[in-house]
Amino acid sequence: MTTAPHRLDPADARNAAREVRKRRLQAFLFVVPLLIFIVFAFVAPITTMLFRSVHNPTVANLVPDTLAALDDWSGETTPDETVLIQFASDMKRMANDRTSGQLADEINRALPGMSSVVKSTARSLRRVEDTEIAANGASLLLEANDRWADPATWHALRSAGQVYSSSYYLTSVDLERKADGSIAQRDTQIYVKLYIKTLRMALIITVLTIVLGYPLAFFMAQASDGLANFLMVFVLLPFWTSLLVRTTAWIALLQTNGVVNSTLMAIGVIDQPLELLYTEFSTIIAMTHILLPFMVLPLYAVMRGIDQSFMRAAISMGSRPLGAWYRIFLPMSLPGLSAGALLVFIISVGYYITPALVGGTDGQMISNIIAFHMQQSNNWELAAALGSLLLVLILLLYWLFDRLVGADNIKLG
Amino acid sequence: MKDTGPETFLRFDNVKKSYDQKNLVVKGFDMDVRDGEFITLLGPSGSGKTTVLMMLAGFESVTSGDIAIAGKSINKTAPNKRNIGMVFQNYALFPHMTVAENLAYPLKVRKLPKAQVRDRVAEYLDLVELSEFGDRRPGQLSGGQRQRVALARAMIFEPTLILMDEPLGALDKNLREQMQFEITRLHKQMGFTVIYVTHDQTEALSMSSRIAVFNDGIVQQCAPPAELYEHPANAFVAEFIGENNFIPGTVITRDATSAKVQTDGGTIVAQAAEGLTEGSACRVSIRPEKLFIPPTNHDYDNALTVRFNTRIYVGDFIRYYFKLTDGTDIIVKVLNDLSAPDFDNGAEAQLLWLASDCIAFPAG
Repeated sequence: MTTAPHRLDPADARNAAREVRKRRLQAFLFVVPLLIFIVFAFVAPITTMLFRSVHNPTVANLVPDTLAALDDWSGETTPDETVLIQFASDMKRMANDRTSGQLADEINRALPGMSSVVKSTARSLRRVEDTEIAANGASLLLEANDRWADPATWHALRSAGQVYSSSYYLTSVDLERKADGSIAQRDTQIYVKLYIKTLRMALIITVLTIVLGYPLAFFMAQASDGLANFLMVFVLLPFWTSLLVRTTAWIALLQTNGVVNSTLMAIGVIDQPLELLYTEFSTIIAMTHILLPFMVLPLYAVMRGIDQSFMRAAISMGSRPLGAWYRIFLPMSLPGLSAGALLVFIISVGYYITPALVGGTDGQMISNIIAFHMQQSNNWELAAALGSLLLVLILLLYWLFDRLVGADNIKLG
Repeated sequence: MKDTGPETFLRFDNVKKSYDQKNLVVKGFDMDVRDGEFITLLGPSGSGKTTVLMMLAGFESVTSGDIAIAGKSINKTAPNKRNIGMVFQNYALFPHMTVAENLAYPLKVRKLPKAQVRDRVAEYLDLVELSEFGDRRPGQLSGGQRQRVALARAMIFEPTLILMDEPLGALDKNLREQMQFEITRLHKQMGFTVIYVTHDQTEALSMSSRIAVFNDGIVQQCAPPAELYEHPANAFVAEFIGENNFIPGTVITRDATSAKVQTDGGTIVAQAAEGLTEGSACRVSIRPEKLFIPPTNHDYDNALTVRFNTRIYVGDFIRYYFKLTDGTDIIVKVLNDLSAPDFDNGAEAQLLWLASDCIAFPAG
């Protein structure tokens, strides 16, 4: 037998390396379009959101000179005259630029009730001569509204004037920074409660989809191809109808004079219509319905891959069918169950439209508050902070899941 | 119901199965199996053999008829109470358990004490020569090793009956022969009864005490391997088991055991199969290894002139392809020794054989 050398000579090694490089480049080219899309449609917005949650330059841009003058302020008394004069002249400028409204909104967030104060002061200073302000600015300001004498007002202005601030995150967990810099509970507790409620509802929805979806997927996996495909159409049907239509269908079912109530009253189970719509109950039931396919599909895909001989083997060895299911089939279907549960849970934590339509005040979830801050209160920074916190929460839960179940135990098919 | 003989262990009595309430997949299966026998159900796919196995295991209901073990009907017994071991084609080893845990499963289900479970698992791992592999997962084993684990798992709870559903179907040829040997060894050593389903006739011939040849839901013949090969009951069995040539002809005369058949190439004498009538068309079957090409010193009763077509070198033997005058293909297997002759293309040759080696079956 002849023995050939095992090592590559330099030319061979170069060729092999070139081959590998070429293949890598090819693989990279396949994903370039997606990569570009993801950067523009996902990475950039998320980064902007994270940045926005700590960055708010509005006030700093509106009254930079006043804020600079406030630097030397002790914080215990009314600021000295130069600050007041500077602010009065800034106010006059803003009143004429029509930007005083922005300042009013921003300060109002830090100190409720300030919106009207800022607006009325702006109105009264609009027509005053510059020389008059330079001379009597301080007293004019205090005349316009006596709240300008209150140090709290200036604390509010100063904190609103910070370009980078953690205050939105503090607000999202129902905390606030006091004038002396300490962190304390806010008077109104909204967000923590809402996060907990959101997680609880998502958990209930996940459990419900498992209870409804697992037996169905199990049956479909055992059924003949024809029957399984037929049933699959019904599972997928919700995907083919508009989300809005499905949600409104629930409104029709659950409202005071809806199908459920009138049926129950007709057969005499109840005398008064039940409050079904605009409750937590209606949100949960509608979302369970909408998210069910996300549970059934991965479960079915995984179960379809489990040959029935496993169960048969276990039963032939003397295991009762239920025992065989628990010891053999359940562990083998766990990857599908994990994938489905994670999918449903994460989608429902961030769900918006169904709670908005059928939830009323009772069934609101965190996304509805985020939407409220973006659309109605125009507090994008707080919305961004709430959203970022939600993202962190989900990543945390995923990490926990990975520790408990193992991320490689997820399988979509 | 027939009287159950003392040595009959498992009895199928006119067992029928229909899935769709219209057609029968198994059309009246009868069989008596003695304790310790190795029975193979052999047949093409869709012939009903696996259905019979599944009815025996309890995973399919019996449409009519009766299956009895040791004289007691098991038709209504739940599959987990039948105490039947089973080996599947895909092995069905539980992937999330180690080999030892797989073997322990049937014992744990039976709530055996821990120490006893451990000892028994060690004993059976040793039996299939896998003592070192108890802590591995099935995914880390080779096909043959998995097969041995599956066998051990089916035997470990000492069932009286072990069913095997094409257990060697997923293995390559060498491994398959090795495992055939292994299964035969374990069967001899442990003395359990085996019902084995396969579509591979070599497997069936080399392992079984008896083979039941299935076709179209009916058992065509149930006999020991040699009898099946040498004396097939009908043309299907003759064709399905081993290789066979079929020469068309017409029956001139027949007596109790033999028949004289007129073919295009001349008159030949053959054994008469059941149902053969004088004057009707027939097919004479003759195995390729029973045909001889002169010069030879073998005895012969029949001779036919054929035309040489081609020959294929296989290694241990050579396959000759001839054509009869009516165009029928005839294959001859000749040992690869000095007697293997050469022919020119289209050359004429003589084929010789004994009347006792060929059987005339009714045509159609």
